[in-house]
Amino acid sequence: MNVETSTLTADLPASTDRRSLGDRLFGGLTWLSAVAVLLVLGAIVIMLYVGARPAFEKFGFWHFLTTAQWNPVTVQFGALSPIVGTLASSVIAILIGLPVSFGIALFITEMAPPWFKRPVGTAIELLAAIPSIIYGMWGLFVFAPFFAEHIQPLLTDTLGELPLIGALFQGPPLGISVFTAGIILAIMIIPFIASVMRDVFETVPAELRESAFGVGSTTWEVVWNVVLPLTRVGVMGGVMLGLGRALGETMAVTFVIGNAHELHWALFEPGNSIASTIANEFTEADGEVYTAALIALGLLLFIITFIVLALAKLMLLRMSRQAGRQT
Amino acid sequence: MTDASLVNANNAPLAGSGIAVNVGGAFTKADSEAATDRPAGAVDIDKSKIEVKGLNFYYGKFHALHDISMRIPERKVTAFIGPSGCGKSTLLRTFNRIYNLYHGQRASGEILLDGRNILDRREDINRLRARVGMVFQKPTPFPMSIYENIAYGVRLYERLGRVAMDERVEWALRKAALWEEVKDILRQSGGALSGGQQQRLCIARAIAVKPEVILLDEPCSALDPISTLKIEQLIAELKDSYTIAIVTHNMQQAARVSDYTGFMYLGRLIEFNDTETLFTNPGSRQTEDYITGRFG
Amino acid sequence: MDIYTRRQVVNVFNLGASVLATVFGLFFLSWLLWVLLAQGLAHLNWDLFTLDMPGPGAETGGLRNAIVGSLMLTAVGVLIGAPLGVLAGTYLAEFGRYAWISHPVRFINDVLLSAPSIVIGVFVYEVMVVPMGNFSGWSGGVALAIIVIPVVVRTTEDMMRLVPDTLREAAAALGAPQWRVVSSVVFRASLSGIMTGILLAVARIAGETAPLLFTALNNQFFTLDMDQPMGNLPVTIFNFAMGPYDNWHDLAWAGSLLITLTVLTLNILTRIFLRTKK
Repeated sequence: MNVETSTLTADLPASTDRRSLGDRLFGGLTWLSAVAVLLVLGAIVIMLYVGARPAFEKFGFWHFLTTAQWNPVTVQFGALSPIVGTLASSVIAILIGLPVSFGIALFITEMAPPWFKRPVGTAIELLAAIPSIIYGMWGLFVFAPFFAEHIQPLLTDTLGELPLIGALFQGPPLGISVFTAGIILAIMIIPFIASVMRDVFETVPAELRESAFGVGSTTWEVVWNVVLPLTRVGVMGGVMLGLGRALGETMAVTFVIGNAHELHWALFEPGNSIASTIANEFTEADGEVYTAALIALGLLLFIITFIVLALAKLMLLRMSRQAGRQT
Repeated sequence: MTDASLVNANNAPLAGSGIAVNVGGAFTKADSEAATDRPAGAVDIDKSKIEVKGLNFYYGKFHALHDISMRIPERKVTAFIGPSGCGKSTLLRTFNRIYNLYHGQRASGEILLDGRNILDRREDINRLRARVGMVFQKPTPFPMSIYENIAYGVRLYERLGRVAMDERVEWALRKAALWEEVKDILRQSGGALSGGQQQRLCIARAIAVKPEVILLDEPCSALDPISTLKIEQLIAELKDSYTIAIVTHNMQQAARVSDYTGFMYLGRLIEFNDTETLFTNPGSRQTEDYITGRFG
Repeated sequence: MDIYTRRQVVNVFNLGASVLATVFGLFFLSWLLWVLLAQGLAHLNWDLFTLDMPGPGAETGGLRNAIVGSLMLTAVGVLIGAPLGVLAGTYLAEFGRYAWISHPVRFINDVLLSAPSIVIGVFVYEVMVVPMGNFSGWSGGVALAIIVIPVVVRTTEDMMRLVPDTLREAAAALGAPQWRVVSSVVFRASLSGIMTGILLAVARIAGETAPLLFTALNNQFFTLDMDQPMGNLPVTIFNFAMGPYDNWHDLAWAGSLLITLTVLTLNILTRIFLRTKK
């Protein structure tokens, strides 16, 4: 195509760089910042690995993962106890937190009168904002003693007598235990999961709910048969997000879990989690291997939470795509 | 051919434009929508500001404009009409390459502004847009004071002192018939104005940079009838100094304000002629169907 | 029992359970806040703000150096993290809207958003404390900045995306290059939202303990020197709570109340901002 030369005197010469300098500078700066986010993650993984290597080299990766022995004196470290503690407390948190969050989300979306909806929703969200150290304080000074005095004996006498699972509900009535940590974690993640569930429930188009009600379904049936199947993926995503939070929680757990490198079936015994171990012992760790063992714990935790959070994100992405298609 | 039904359907008296034009080429009622070199009822324009040659436009894979060729006459008002989705806004948006903001939208062919192809890769788009201004369907005042709104575009390319800038702002607001209403509230936010005022603010903003062409994309569709009337009066005054292209879904408006009109359908320019002829004596069957309300 | 009655029973049961769940949740919230207020207010006094941390066995003391330290660390965290976050968010919303790299950046950003903060503390320990040879306020600030960044990236992108494209088009139609469209129009339109996001990030780091445990550590004495360990509220609360002295416990409660009030106030403020924006 010919570009005819113009005869207009007011004509301005075409510039050969189509993107102005300002665009390239500013755009480049923002690009660098965005890439920095990726770099930070990469740096974290690399540095953690570098720091953890002495421990992996000394003990072997799998051996480290599956040994419970933790002895700074003989320099023998195994991650099993913290790993089990982390998983146990998080599972307890989810087992308690999931139904409660679901109930709250149901209440807010289906039952609450409009004037009540907003305050309750806000209250739940504010709960989510309270820092974990506050939960730790409350757990240590208020809840643990209360639990030890009133609830734990009850559970030990009832559930503790049952065959098989009875072994789970044993332990000294101190209130400092894996179980207590699980409960505190549950209280922490409930607002979080409840908010996500509520948001996800509200993406269901009104027409669908109305048609379900229209054929005479009860509220519960609408939720169970219409809302939940539609939002299943999003709900899973929310739960995984909560799980990711629970796994990485430090302060709330450290206060009440007991910091004991012991493995028990009994949930009322003290134990530890990865985060609480690092929090309690890092500044006192002397020697390369001790520190490396702790950093190795950190690396494990990071990998576990990364996987859980990535899964959660994928599910929530799928959810929003589905919702977009429906409307 | 004066068909009584045509005049009645229009319902609006057409102002006699008194333009002598050569109706070039065969003047037949085209039944097919075959893309031709020149649309039915082609018109010779002695001075064209913009010349479109074989323009095709794509939204991703969707072929939105098919082989458009036409001329926009200088210092006249050219209107584009047609049913929703016919491509009239798409066509308008090629004239200032505003589509370049988005991925996957591209044009092929030539658009000559004063003889220079603006679709050329080396064209400085920002300078182009300073010469070809645009006013959008929804008024879009910037989150700034009224004064700053007008000054924004000017500051991009000119360095004016305080007094000179004040004068330019006043000049632009007067041209847009807004000065009297806002001269005491220049420091207030642009968002504080009514819809009609905001749109005139946007017109003033576009005028302030002294463009050569002004593109109006359904400028009145979000406004009340009184504001619409004011803006139509404005257009009549502005055409003395600027080349104006306007897209409108309101046929009566096109008939009122424009000198030339193009009818588009499904991405093709079906007919282009001086307004009076197109509305009273359309060359194409489809044009006739549209303006009599048989579809769209 | 016929089908209809059974359905009703199931319905009432489950709805009742939901109400119980809500009551359960609100109950714990109230219990926690109640204790916090009771214990915290009881030990809230001017000494808190005028005296420094008491040593072991000391009779009186306050949290002055911890409060000042926290303010400084938070400030550093925001000053480093917020600009980076805003710039990255700007990329995601504007310059890089269609770029392939935006997808991994968003994904990783959201993962970092919920990553365990103790791991971030360990990371900063390795890259700053070890080379420097000592714990310092700077490393604490950097650790907090790493937590600030994902929050600000997310909120900045969300806020900028709320600005309608027609506004961008209007500025571009005047001949403004993209960087001017972004900086003078889009930024201005989304500024309050971006500031709100930064406030949210501040609320987030105000109570963070874990990242400071091995970076800023803690400092019993008053100092403004960022090259040394820096006193801060959260770690102080941790140490005092686990310690044996009663007055330490009292101070821990008072400090907890301070943190909670700050965090809740910031959150409520951001809520008000966002509501008026919509």
